[in-house]
Amino acid sequence: MFKMIPAIIFAAMLSQNFILVQFLGICPFLGVSKNTKSAFGMGMAVTAVMFIATLITYPLYTYLLKPLGFDYMEIIVFIFVIASLVQVIEIILKKTSKSLYEAMGIYLPLITTNCAVLGVTELVLTSELVVTMLDACAYGLFGGLGFTLAIVLMSGMREKLDTVKVPKAFEGFPITMLLACFMAMAFSMF
Amino acid sequence: MRAKDIALDGLFRQNPTLKLVLGTCPTLALTTLAMNGIGMGLAVTFVLTCSNVIISLLRNVIPQKVRIPAYILIIATFVTIIRMLLNKFLPDISASLGTYLPLIVVNCIILGRAEAFASKNPVGAACLDGIFMGLGFMAALTLMGAFREILGSGSVFGVKLWDFSIGFFTQPAGALFTYAMFIAVYSMIYSAVVARKKKSADTSEDRSEKGVTADV
Repeated sequence: MFKMIPAIIFAAMLSQNFILVQFLGICPFLGVSKNTKSAFGMGMAVTAVMFIATLITYPLYTYLLKPLGFDYMEIIVFIFVIASLVQVIEIILKKTSKSLYEAMGIYLPLITTNCAVLGVTELVLTSELVVTMLDACAYGLFGGLGFTLAIVLMSGMREKLDTVKVPKAFEGFPITMLLACFMAMAFSMF
Repeated sequence: MRAKDIALDGLFRQNPTLKLVLGTCPTLALTTLAMNGIGMGLAVTFVLTCSNVIISLLRNVIPQKVRIPAYILIIATFVTIIRMLLNKFLPDISASLGTYLPLIVVNCIILGRAEAFASKNPVGAACLDGIFMGLGFMAALTLMGAFREILGSGSVFGVKLWDFSIGFFTQPAGALFTYAMFIAVYSMIYSAVVARKKKSADTSEDRSEKGVTADV
């Protein structure tokens, strides 16, 4: 039952890293990686949503939509689940933990349109690593942790980059992408 | 004139891929082949044009507070339609786009244009904006795809050119490298064009000033 889990952990975090290998969630990766603290907050928030989203959409698809022949509705249902999930998490955080809400508040609405979240719910339906419900949840959780790993590493480098002078044409996005390029080379060694 | 402005914005001045840097996920993941750029570009153009038209028509009906979920539902509907059409009529393209086809729903270009343009402009302008933004996206993706395909596989649009190839360009790192170079070259061209326009505007102003003084 657990034999796929080590392979999933390795694939989701490193060899099939969501940001650097599959290019899912590039927008927050470039947008919210200016300092380590906010990068970590974003990473944790995305991990939570990715895990809970797979926990809901995987059984919803396998036990409800597919047997009933409604699988063509998958995109609409999934994005609806994700958008409501983000909304619910926002409300719960606001009521229960004020400090956590303030730390994550600005990133929460952005998560609905994060490719990594919709991406993981679609990927677990087709990936050959995922056989059971448990595998799907593990893929969501460790995929999110891989996302956090990449975004935190990137933010550390970008903090250093602020002190360096770069050619004018490379300012902003191009130099950041070149940094990501070297990280992707390291990750593709796995 | 206004239509020309919208067209120029989409294709060059506000190019979604190179200037606004939106929709980066499919850009990086799918540009291994030039053909993917055309397929993804056409799918995005279809969804963007349809969603822009519907959102523009409903811009006075949708309440401000629930506009984002409403936009996403409209976009998801059109993505489902294009996915069914591609599965039925062009299964090869559908297979090569893979997961990135349903992910058009969360492509920032579409939500970005809905928020920045379609929700504030009449139907005709919104429709044109959708078409040209989509074509600008397609042009950038196809160029990047051709570049990576020529260097990485020694072919273009699937036609073999030579046996020489650099494997780096087919890998994820090659995608980021290519994208960085394309943005850098684009911003060099862009600032050169802006500088030249400013210069010609300045000289024409000079001339008119001189003309005025000469008349006096």
